[in-house]
Amino acid sequence: GIQAQTVANFYLAFEAQLSIIPVINKIDLKNADPERVEKQIEKLFDIPTDECIRISAKQGTNVEKVLQKVIEKIPPPQCNTADPLKALVFDSTFDHYRGVIANIALFGGEIAKGHKIVSAHTKKRYEVNEVGILTPDEQPTHKLYAGQVGYLIAGMKEVAEAQIGDTLFLYKQPVEPLPGFKSAKPMVFAGMYPIDQTEYNNLKSALERLTLNDSSVTVHRDSSLALGAGWRLGFLGLLHMEVFNQRLEQEYNMSVILTAPTVPYKAVLSSAKLIKEYGKDQITIINPAQFPDKLSVSEYLEPTVLGTIVTPHEYIGKIITLCQDRRAVQKDMLYIDENRVMLKYLFPLNEIVVDFYDALKSLSSGYASFDYEDAGYQSADLIKMDILLNGNPVEELATIIHNDKAHAAGKLLCERLKETIPRQLFEIAIQAAIGKKIIARETLKAYRKNVVAKCYGGDITRRMKLLKRQAEGKRLMRKIGNVEVPRDAFIRVLKRETDK
Amino acid sequence: WPYCRKRCSYCNFNAYVVPAVDEAAVRACLVREAQTLLRLGQVHSVSSVFFGRGTPSLASPGTVAAVLEAVAVAAHLPAGAEVTLEANPSSTSTSRLAGFRAAGVNRLSIGVQSLDDAELRMLGREHTAAEARKAVEAARGLFPGRTSIDLLFGLPGQSRDAWAQRLEAALGLCDDHISLYQLTLERGTALAAQVRGGALPAPPQDLLADMYQTARTVLAAAGFRHYEVSNFARKGALSTHNLSYWRAEQYIGVGPGAHGRFVPRGEGSCSREARVQTLEPVAWMWEVQSQGHGTRSRAVLSPLEQLEELLTLGLRTDEGVTHERWGHFSPQLSLQAVFGAPGEARALQQQGWLVLDSGGLRCTWAGLAVLDSLLPDLLWQLQR
Repeated sequence: GIQAQTVANFYLAFEAQLSIIPVINKIDLKNADPERVEKQIEKLFDIPTDECIRISAKQGTNVEKVLQKVIEKIPPPQCNTADPLKALVFDSTFDHYRGVIANIALFGGEIAKGHKIVSAHTKKRYEVNEVGILTPDEQPTHKLYAGQVGYLIAGMKEVAEAQIGDTLFLYKQPVEPLPGFKSAKPMVFAGMYPIDQTEYNNLKSALERLTLNDSSVTVHRDSSLALGAGWRLGFLGLLHMEVFNQRLEQEYNMSVILTAPTVPYKAVLSSAKLIKEYGKDQITIINPAQFPDKLSVSEYLEPTVLGTIVTPHEYIGKIITLCQDRRAVQKDMLYIDENRVMLKYLFPLNEIVVDFYDALKSLSSGYASFDYEDAGYQSADLIKMDILLNGNPVEELATIIHNDKAHAAGKLLCERLKETIPRQLFEIAIQAAIGKKIIARETLKAYRKNVVAKCYGGDITRRMKLLKRQAEGKRLMRKIGNVEVPRDAFIRVLKRETDK
Repeated sequence: WPYCRKRCSYCNFNAYVVPAVDEAAVRACLVREAQTLLRLGQVHSVSSVFFGRGTPSLASPGTVAAVLEAVAVAAHLPAGAEVTLEANPSSTSTSRLAGFRAAGVNRLSIGVQSLDDAELRMLGREHTAAEARKAVEAARGLFPGRTSIDLLFGLPGQSRDAWAQRLEAALGLCDDHISLYQLTLERGTALAAQVRGGALPAPPQDLLADMYQTARTVLAAAGFRHYEVSNFARKGALSTHNLSYWRAEQYIGVGPGAHGRFVPRGEGSCSREARVQTLEPVAWMWEVQSQGHGTRSRAVLSPLEQLEELLTLGLRTDEGVTHERWGHFSPQLSLQAVFGAPGEARALQQQGWLVLDSGGLRCTWAGLAVLDSLLPDLLWQLQR
């Protein structure tokens, strides 16, 4: 039936004034109920039920009807083969033998082997070796015409030469570059660091290659005292981030440390000095270290999203509670059929970036679905929360957070730190603070007894091994004030909870 | 002697419970290995002998006599050399003990562990408190001033008061040497599993620290010298043998799983080696029979490693590491040079955990309790 993303995609297509063909798939399944779904579609999207095509992709039922409908309903591309060549690169892959294969859509003109083309982005010149269509495998053809989609091989050696969104045109016939893909706004940020600094270069090239095929991931270089040099990546969503991480592991064999996602807050500056320094009066804050003080700011802003939840009605209560807990404001509630409800809530983005989806799924036994879209910024009571060890601030654990949530988050961080820092010869006060005010505290007591009871003949070798390992570990310790903190303590505390 | 009649709930030693022991075979192998290794080390004189691991009091006095004789023949065993036997209260009848004394044993270490029947049951011990008392009394009769008892504290569920009572009871009974061990829940033991599973409570860290300090204070008041982390002696009844471990002197391990530290001069070597004998008794016997000894592993200790061991062990004693002992292993670099310069040791001294003076490097009273927090820093400083 209709999921939250169905709704989101429908509206996107509708607003772009695209033709919509509703297709209901998997009618071969035992619990399929195409009639019910058709009614949902009619109710929600105002599309008459007789327009829906019921198919089973698995069995092939009615699939030709879809093709026919496409031919009927979808308007042909508005372009002319007489125009000069204008091709959009929308994907590229690298073949070891044939070089870069660019997937292109022609918006004007035609292209064939032997043509000399230029890339609007790199200004480099190439000669076309081969063109063809995708069926979905590559099938070489003589020519590609405006309105077609296919591939092109032109002696490009590196994937960087075929930038997604680039425009290709004929040599000596430059055209207005196509707008390319509107770069999607990143919604979720996460810090990504190599497990060890020696892996930095490997990770760097892996990231370059992965992001080439996925231009929606934004990359900013970043560094942290605890984790070394790394990046802050922006993703379209949590799922996007998960998939990206998995691809890194599977395709590039890279294991990385992902730190808790943060969202791009903004601040409207009121201090003349800072406005001059940044060159504008509204800045985006990605790193807590950049957080401008309250005195210099007239307003803090946090990004929000309009979230759509579709759920069976028995979970409404719990879901409403969950949303309220996340500082969300209800915008709409509507029954889409006898059993299911659609809820629209305006969420502060940072409330959903960590585990909202998981929480939603688990309290609805998986039946609720969720989708969201950018809904601009709203004013927010933001603060920077510092973590102190015996009074000394730990830079890499500072977070920007809404005032209402600060206490709970601070307490959690302190508790986690208490578990990961080893006991020392003196007491350690672990505190969360906003400015000078302490909002949470845990105490790690000093060791009063730490000596192994027995150390005779046989025990000695074992003791030595253990002690020497500890001595080695000392080298990797970070010293905050007089507190020794193992490097992986930060990682464990900063890591996304689901990874634990 | 690797055999026991029963495995205690907290024990993770190299000990075996078997239905029957071919004592004659084991005896022959012990004798043979002792001879081989003594010759290998070109040992002129043996200062002490220790029969340990498993339950040595289960062996017959004849075996003990045979081993001692072999030692005396292969090297020289002075008349006053300390010969200790570890004993279980359940195998220490007066007659048996007398047999051991006749065989050459002159010091007895009894594994009392606790003087409370409930605690003894939890520990899986074979004896009752009453039996333990009898055993200690019998031992004191035969080995006056040379009897030691082992005690455990920090048992799951043991309260401060309960421990105070145990201490008092022990003081009323003991001779002049007590070994006091904090119970360690080793992975793989039945007791650890019980605690992990929640059947028994895990003793809180602070309570353990308190118990230890109480013990130190009470024993000090009773005239005991706290000469090593877990060992207390009065009237000079220190364990010579164990001291040799902590002073990093040379010792030879004989028997399954035994450890040694000596220089195999018989092979022409001048380097101190760390050796371990084969753990499993049957395999060990086979090796001894075919090659004269069942050494499973041997590794030369580098000068740094030797110093590391000396430091780690020496600091466990109240004497610490003397300049002389240090100089034996490090003629070029003195204690002062390594630890006197600004660095970790200096900081620890300032914080009151260590002392470095004309007597050497040692822990303060407070430092001894947290030695394992000090050692990594010191080892790191030594490495540099």
